[in-house]
Amino acid sequence: MTMTATGSAGRDPFEGLPEHDDEAMARLHARLAEQAGAEGVLDVAYRTLDTPAGTLLLAATDAGVVRIAYAVQDHAAVLQQLADRVSPRVLRAPGRLDEAARQLDEYFAGRRRTFELPLDWRLSKGYRRQVLGLLPAIGYGRTESYAQVAAASGSPRAVRAVGTACATNPLPVVVPCHRVVRSDGSPGQYAGGADAKRLLLALEEA
Amino acid sequence: MSKPPFEQIVTEHGPMVLRVVRAVLGPHDAEDAWSETFLAALQAYPELPGDANVAAWLVTVAHRKAIDVTRATARRAVPVGELPERPSRSGRPEDWDPDLWRALKALPERQRHAVAYHYLAGLPYREIAAMTGGSTDAARRAAADGMRTLRRTYPAHPDGDADTSTDIGASTGGGTGAAPPAAAEAGRSTGTRGGQGAAAGNETGARGR
Repeated sequence: MTMTATGSAGRDPFEGLPEHDDEAMARLHARLAEQAGAEGVLDVAYRTLDTPAGTLLLAATDAGVVRIAYAVQDHAAVLQQLADRVSPRVLRAPGRLDEAARQLDEYFAGRRRTFELPLDWRLSKGYRRQVLGLLPAIGYGRTESYAQVAAASGSPRAVRAVGTACATNPLPVVVPCHRVVRSDGSPGQYAGGADAKRLLLALEEA
Repeated sequence: MSKPPFEQIVTEHGPMVLRVVRAVLGPHDAEDAWSETFLAALQAYPELPGDANVAAWLVTVAHRKAIDVTRATARRAVPVGELPERPSRSGRPEDWDPDLWRALKALPERQRHAVAYHYLAGLPYREIAAMTGGSTDAARRAAADGMRTLRRTYPAHPDGDADTSTDIGASTGGGTGAAPPAAAEAGRSTGTRGGQGAAAGNETGARGR
């Protein structure tokens, strides 16, 4: 008895309690996401989705999809922006994004031409918001130049501002800024990188 | 002040809080307490000051939830002796050593709280005292007394301790394998008495202050 006590004096009795129990944490996380949604305290739900254009981050509020981001935009930084600009009540909670993920999967498989999703526009304001609102009118497989979009917005000289609006589009793919190209027909820049833009345009031409 | 997304709080502190509520409440009630803790924390998170100690805040919420659960369990009056006897881990990842919970359960509640909050959550005794009431010194004594009792009542590897048993085993062949568990059993029952002694010592210390 004395020996046992002496022998174990240096040990951590909490060895018997695992520091990491991944299965329990996964179960508890899923339960938290579900309860938070049900109780109305989940302000921003997010998930990731693997696509031919890389892993996309999808985020939604109660009102609808609020943010889509490419991997090159740094998902951790995007989540921090959501915490700062929308609410820090941010959780990985795939359920709220099931429909968005399904429609994006169909789009990348070539089986969907338009998105039917509620959108939360709160991350885009003023003229940029106005420009982005014009983009869904550019149909699948078509393109317009920055100058054409500027003209359509009623400010034909605001070509650079149209470029900025597209570059800061919080909802790429679903709000098709990839269909806005240079006047010479070359793709031009894109929030997800020039390769992603070429990929989307090629997908829609097929 | 910029605050990380709550997801990051869950990732960074979730496993620690799970260990704490498991140590305080045992395997049956721990996950409910964890869920209630993080749901309440998520709700209150926007109002948390940006420079707050998040771990201490979460453990404070967990402490209140654990007390709620303990009271609810007491109302349901579950017989104490009906914990399932499990001689070894069943292999399920959520399963943890039932002997450890038996040893923790035998501690006075104040000591179990102090041990969990200090040794598992890493909170300083000042924070623990603010949470559980009483002085910083009393929290320190409760943790020390609780840990001393635990080390006696919960030998982590009962059959790996005795150096001499190897020699005896070598000379007499088999048959000595039963001795270490028997010693552990004796240690456990002695330790329960020791736990009560430690609690009494703690009260004495509090009076001496």
